[in-house]
Amino acid sequence: MTATSTAARRTRLRIVIADTGALVTGTALAILFLLPLAWAGYSSLRGPDATGEGAGFGTENYRRLFSYGEGLLVYATNSILVSLLTVVGTVLISVLAGYAIARFRFPGRNLLFLGTLAIMMVPYPTILIPLYVLLSRAGLQNSLIGLSLVLIMFQLPFALFMMRNAFEAVPREFDEAALVDGAGIPRTLWSVLLPAVTPGVITVALFAFLNSWNEFIAPLMLVTDGSRYTLPVALAAMRSGNFGSIDFGALQSGVVVSAVPCMLLFVLLQRHYVRGFASGALKG
Amino acid sequence: MRSTGTHHRHRRRSTDRSTQAIVLSLPAALVVGLLFVVPLALLVWMSMTDWPLLGEPSFVGLAQYDAILDDPLFLDAIWFTLRYTLITTVLLTAVALGLALLVQQTRFGSGFLRTAFFLPAAMGLAVASLLWFALYSNEVGPLSDLLATLGLVDEPVNWLGTPDGALWSTVLMVIWRFAGFYMIILLTGLQAIPDQVYEAARIDGAGWWRTFTGITVPLLRPTLALVLVLSVTGSLLAFEQFYVLTGGGPDNSTVTVVSTIFRQAFTLFDLSWAAAMSVVVLIALVLANIVQLSLIRKGDES
Repeated sequence: MTATSTAARRTRLRIVIADTGALVTGTALAILFLLPLAWAGYSSLRGPDATGEGAGFGTENYRRLFSYGEGLLVYATNSILVSLLTVVGTVLISVLAGYAIARFRFPGRNLLFLGTLAIMMVPYPTILIPLYVLLSRAGLQNSLIGLSLVLIMFQLPFALFMMRNAFEAVPREFDEAALVDGAGIPRTLWSVLLPAVTPGVITVALFAFLNSWNEFIAPLMLVTDGSRYTLPVALAAMRSGNFGSIDFGALQSGVVVSAVPCMLLFVLLQRHYVRGFASGALKG
Repeated sequence: MRSTGTHHRHRRRSTDRSTQAIVLSLPAALVVGLLFVVPLALLVWMSMTDWPLLGEPSFVGLAQYDAILDDPLFLDAIWFTLRYTLITTVLLTAVALGLALLVQQTRFGSGFLRTAFFLPAAMGLAVASLLWFALYSNEVGPLSDLLATLGLVDEPVNWLGTPDGALWSTVLMVIWRFAGFYMIILLTGLQAIPDQVYEAARIDGAGWWRTFTGITVPLLRPTLALVLVLSVTGSLLAFEQFYVLTGGGPDNSTVTVVSTIFRQAFTLFDLSWAAAMSVVVLIALVLANIVQLSLIRKGDES
């Protein structure tokens, strides 16, 4: 009796020590991971001269960011437009095709699915050069719509894979009943199936948003007109001193402006992100 | 008669439905065809032509390929990219695995820690590079001051000013940016290992290290392999981190393969040269992916 309870007590003690150790180590590491972010936030608020000792705090850096190059508003609007177009386009296209592939047999079905997945096999920077040529010929170079189309194409493999799986997880009786009742494909999709696959749609939209908002090399290559720069490209131009000498204070506020939306979205939707990874990457 | 009628109606309905299905998948097919298949074919064609920015392209066969394989800058870029890939993959996987093991169990604070480790991964790679560009700068960055205060250095560190400094500074930033991301992938793998296996090991009196090497690593193999593939593929295509942090310098010491493609195409406007380089990179990466994926499969079966 006493022996067991001593052993039990010792095990419990060991667990407490392990828990405390993990928490202390984890907290120390978390501080190291968060410090650069905190520093960016802190130095974005130092002003008016970011290097000045005891210069105090203010929104001067953000104000300068507003008037940098074409101005923050232009770049942020470009980024928002491209991300929205990409999210809407990716969701729309992958929902329609995912539904078709999960529910119907039609010629070209496998070709479409495998062809889309093949996009993942091709390293994306390598096809940006022909895309640049094609968009130029189509008059879509320097256009946010052209850029969004390219980004949609890069999002499509993951999105189609997710949506096909989401539709396949819904029992067939669900929508077949509606179809037999004469609801027609559009109405069945809209009012019967869409509510059932909403978590998948959120995952696809979240990935499309994070990826397109953060995308750098595609807008850098496909958009050369300064007034169409997205946020990351405009900030990189600031760093190379394209608009004068490097203004580190304004640069830090730019970092904050472009990072905060993604972090908020991730914290709010992290369940979907993790689930998307579990089903998209591991089974894929 | 009646059965033939039903049959006909059934057939008509199924052709109807297959037509509608084709209409539903038409946008996807257009995007894949026009923005993936056509550019891929054009890439191969461009790599075999002299493609001036203005004027008519002319066919030159495999001459571009001959030329790029003799280009010392391209060969240097390949060598540097391989070195960077090796260093990054080893360190990143180790750090990510450590973090995943640390927050694997759900206990007080583990949710917060997971979010804290992941947060850098929510920001864009280019923006993360900009943040670290400022951190490393001796003009505004606190890193040198911090080390000096701790008494570790006497004078400001020239973080990005030497070839080795530039490489390791970039690696540090990349670990910070990606460790949480790979941690999440590894966590899903760790959570798939049944608790009973660990319990059995505990009953057998296996210590932490025995459990780790005997159970965790073997059962985590497919997930670890996925992390390795992602890290290798991503690092071979490295661009943003060097474009922003080092600009390829000092003395072209941090020029990666994709940087070379970008420079040939958009600074020197030599599109066909860049296309030929892209084809080489594409073939190499597809082959690498096939090898790595078949290794994972084999590991899965055994």
